[in-house]
Amino acid sequence: MSGVPLDPVYGPPDAELPGEWPYTRGPYASMYRSKLWTMRQFAGFGTAVDTNERFRELLRSGGSGLSTAFDMPTLMGRDSDHPLARGEVGRAGVAVDTLADVEDLFSGIDLGTVTTSMTINSAAAIVLAMYVVLADRSGVDRRRLGGTIQNDILKEYQAQKEYVFPPRPSLRLVTDVVRFCETELPRWHPISISGYHIREAGSTAAQELAFTLANGFAYVEAIRATGLEVDQFAPRLSFFFNAHIDFFEEIAKFRAGRRIWARWMRDRYGATDARAMQLRFHTQTAGVSLTAQQPEVNIARVAIEALAGVLGGTQSLHTDAFDEALALPTESSARIALRTQQVVAHETGVAHVADPLGGSWFVESLTDELERRAEAVFAHLERLGDGSMLDGVVAAIEEGWFQAEIADSAYRFQRKLDAGRFVVVGVNGFTDGDETRPPTLYIDPAVEARQLARLAAVKHQRGNRKVDAALSRIRAEAADPCTNLMPAFIEAAGAYATVGEIVAVLEQTFGAWNESARV
Amino acid sequence: MSEVATPLRVLLAKVGFDGHDRGLKVVARILRDAGVEVLYLGLRQTADTIAAATLQEDADVVALSVHNGAHLTIVPEVVAAIRAAGLHTPVVVGGIVPSVDIPRLEEAGAAAVLGPGASASEVVAAVRAAADSRSVEVAGRRSHLPEQSEER
Repeated sequence: MSGVPLDPVYGPPDAELPGEWPYTRGPYASMYRSKLWTMRQFAGFGTAVDTNERFRELLRSGGSGLSTAFDMPTLMGRDSDHPLARGEVGRAGVAVDTLADVEDLFSGIDLGTVTTSMTINSAAAIVLAMYVVLADRSGVDRRRLGGTIQNDILKEYQAQKEYVFPPRPSLRLVTDVVRFCETELPRWHPISISGYHIREAGSTAAQELAFTLANGFAYVEAIRATGLEVDQFAPRLSFFFNAHIDFFEEIAKFRAGRRIWARWMRDRYGATDARAMQLRFHTQTAGVSLTAQQPEVNIARVAIEALAGVLGGTQSLHTDAFDEALALPTESSARIALRTQQVVAHETGVAHVADPLGGSWFVESLTDELERRAEAVFAHLERLGDGSMLDGVVAAIEEGWFQAEIADSAYRFQRKLDAGRFVVVGVNGFTDGDETRPPTLYIDPAVEARQLARLAAVKHQRGNRKVDAALSRIRAEAADPCTNLMPAFIEAAGAYATVGEIVAVLEQTFGAWNESARV
Repeated sequence: MSEVATPLRVLLAKVGFDGHDRGLKVVARILRDAGVEVLYLGLRQTADTIAAATLQEDADVVALSVHNGAHLTIVPEVVAAIRAAGLHTPVVVGGIVPSVDIPRLEEAGAAAVLGPGASASEVVAAVRAAADSRSVEVAGRRSHLPEQSEER
């Protein structure tokens, strides 16, 4: 503001620069000077029509991309009329049963210009198939479709627990999506390798970094095994991290992540294309850091966490709404969340210089330490997998290693809180003044009935012969691990087969996964 | 207050597709540290599986964790299934529950509702209070045994 001329980056003449291997300082030379991060606010609740309204509001308010939250039945690949879905339909995200819901969800939105992120894993391939059918029928060329499907099943077993099939057949679905996108959706990010949920489930920053990158290596090995070269597919892999409240450690985590990925991709997996070595990531502020007590204070937490994501060099950002420890955000709290990152982007000046903390003795030392700790985890997994990170990660899931590590960390943090060794303002310190109760989003229980009626109507109107034929094709092709299931999913989606019908057919071949209940 | 001769037995579960088990696992260990015997049913339970396990395991308290927004459906169903099994076992709820819904859960039979930020001592106290209230409620009767005849 004083008119001091700023260089795009600072450092001694021999310093590593942003945009240079191993990309500790950022994947691009000019970072936010040439392009701000994408402000991508996650939204979804009720029926597709309800969420469509919120999407349009976010785009009107200056959001630059869409991000879809699905309800738990959809995430689990079950229809709204499944017995276990009672009470969950449209509650924690939008309910999607058939293509008809996807049509409503994106009504009036040009799929050729907007980019869409879809947070779904077990049923990822099926929902992506629905999106492709919608684009085809809207006359949007598949090659123009931009966006991300989370499609990261490994962290489901480790942390979020929205799994359906056992790990190996699930990995086949993941690689089917990657192979399909390789030829059909060149602008699409077919996996978003996610540490976010690992962190929310209780891990430390060091564990989030290590487990997420280990999952990344496992996917690289699984995709390579299908015959694709790393330089072909790795540029489309993206990451998703948590921005928690421990400010400098978070920044160091992002910087270490880029460096580790670059080293492993080049030295271990033989990447030669720079884009195959550059870790790019989306960030979301830490839902778990938000408090139900004195909820307005969360706006300050979110601002600090958003700043950590930006100083860490994120490519896109979701800022949480302050009322999320109480309920899903209201339209008003969601707008404040977006405004918070707009303040970071446009008022604070932090976007003018790339990696402004590079060279800080503290941040560089933390970056090195997080890298060392991650390497120790990789060594453990590699031993477990007899040299294969893929086998090591799957074995560690099967023996419950990740799950136990995460639960231990969550427990240790709770003990710190209880002992007063960590103060959360408003929770175990400074607790006066917790009288305000902001109005929270009310989801009409009639949503469930509306969605059930919608599902029944679609089933009534569709041609069941086409559905049966498509499901038979899926059954046959599921039995052959070499066949890519995406074309069969697209046929079924186009015939208005339900997510639950498709998943049920797959389950007959793939089986189901249940983790042993233990603490 | 009755003398506690044997450790309290608390059954922990989540109902439906909700996979957020961080809180449930932390609570399990907090209770265990407090000398409570933990019966961890874990994820993807139904009202019926919980009622059956409560009966079979002779649980003193059922602790439900809810992060899927379905508390107004799940809690009354679980309470009803437990009562239908002839039991009076109190149900304690934890998770994300909007404050406006708390009285509704209490009306539906929840003995206590714990929100985010509850401390270990609050969790233990709520579970013990729930167990004690039940002992008072059924004072004079032999606790823990199903009493189908009185229910019907």
